[in-house]
Amino acid sequence: MGRAREALCDPIFKNNPIAVGVLGICSALAVTTKLETTVTMCLAVLFVITFSNLSVSLIRNHIPSSIRMIVQMTIIASLVILVDQFLKAYAYEISKQLSVFVGLIITNCIIMGRAEAFAMKNGVALSVLDGIGNAIGYSLVLLAVGIVRELFGSGRLLGYELLPLTTNGGWYPANGLLLLSPSAFFLIGLFIWALRTWKPEQVERDH
Amino acid sequence: MLEHYLSLLVKSIFIENLALAFFLGMCTFLAVSKRVETATGLGIAVIVVQTITVPLNNLIYNYVLKEGALSWLGLADTDLSFLVLISYIGVIAAMVQILEMTLDKYFPALYNALGIFLPLITVNCAILGGSLFMVERDYNFAESVTYGLGTGVGWAIAIMALAAIREKMKYSHVPDGLKGLGITFITVGLIALAFMCFSGIQL
Repeated sequence: MGRAREALCDPIFKNNPIAVGVLGICSALAVTTKLETTVTMCLAVLFVITFSNLSVSLIRNHIPSSIRMIVQMTIIASLVILVDQFLKAYAYEISKQLSVFVGLIITNCIIMGRAEAFAMKNGVALSVLDGIGNAIGYSLVLLAVGIVRELFGSGRLLGYELLPLTTNGGWYPANGLLLLSPSAFFLIGLFIWALRTWKPEQVERDH
Repeated sequence: MLEHYLSLLVKSIFIENLALAFFLGMCTFLAVSKRVETATGLGIAVIVVQTITVPLNNLIYNYVLKEGALSWLGLADTDLSFLVLISYIGVIAAMVQILEMTLDKYFPALYNALGIFLPLITVNCAILGGSLFMVERDYNFAESVTYGLGTGVGWAIAIMALAAIREKMKYSHVPDGLKGLGITFITVGLIALAFMCFSGIQL
């Protein structure tokens, strides 16, 4: 029971894939201008990582180690194609906005990293929990960044206007910088700062 | 005509820089930018691989995968475009492997300089992203060569700039929680802000 809890909960704060592992940053930054796309991306990653961990763990004793990368890559790519086709069929607008970033889940290093580091060595149930835990840790950072960017950048959340903009007769002047790329870097930098102040053991030593 | 390609080149290097405007290849971008020397090596490797894979993927898309592309085989209404992702990742992995073997055999000096970076490139999303953008924007073959070269050069410039700044940053006092990763993010944000001044340019 202890190990299961560890597998699920550790990646959320203690070993957060984005803040501690520096993995999967690309998509974390690019899709967070709106909460809607952020949520879609989180669900897509949750699906892919859970099932890739599940399948890799199921066949882990049959994969020859020399071709394990290719096998993992193929499994991940097939899952991503499923997600891509599903989004194109049922959520075309969002899939247009996410553009190439759905495809780029393949090269999201969190998924490859967990398949290689965890699912190759552990049982099915633990691997699934580890996948879900990592997806939650990843989603947490993405959602935090997404909420700040959409709320303060355009005064809305999920399309509902919360802060009435001055252009529409309200009181809030929208901060356009938050919708542009540099703000995502600043926000993740500040997020890491906050996390490391809270958990000082994550601070990097001087070299 | 030449002007069109020149403007595409400038656009892909500066205005739509893959690393700073689209956040592609961030993992390697942050991990391998501690020293200028290694950053330069990786940058050159990315330029080489990007210039080869984007046009190659363009040919594969136009002659095999696109809807109706198989008409030269007499299969006019086959649409294999859902296979784009898996075939591109295969092409990239194979290309990197071939390049590694060729360099090892014929250019050992270059292989020793770039060798360790080549496997890293397979999982660099700038490479896959470049090919996917090429499909989305419907570039023809000549445009895809230009685009591949441009995005590679842009990415290399960005990582070299970041490495140069990080080398100097060793001498500064950074708050404990921001050390390492945190301050790197903020630095990249500032570089991205600087690159945004190119964004209004019409060519």
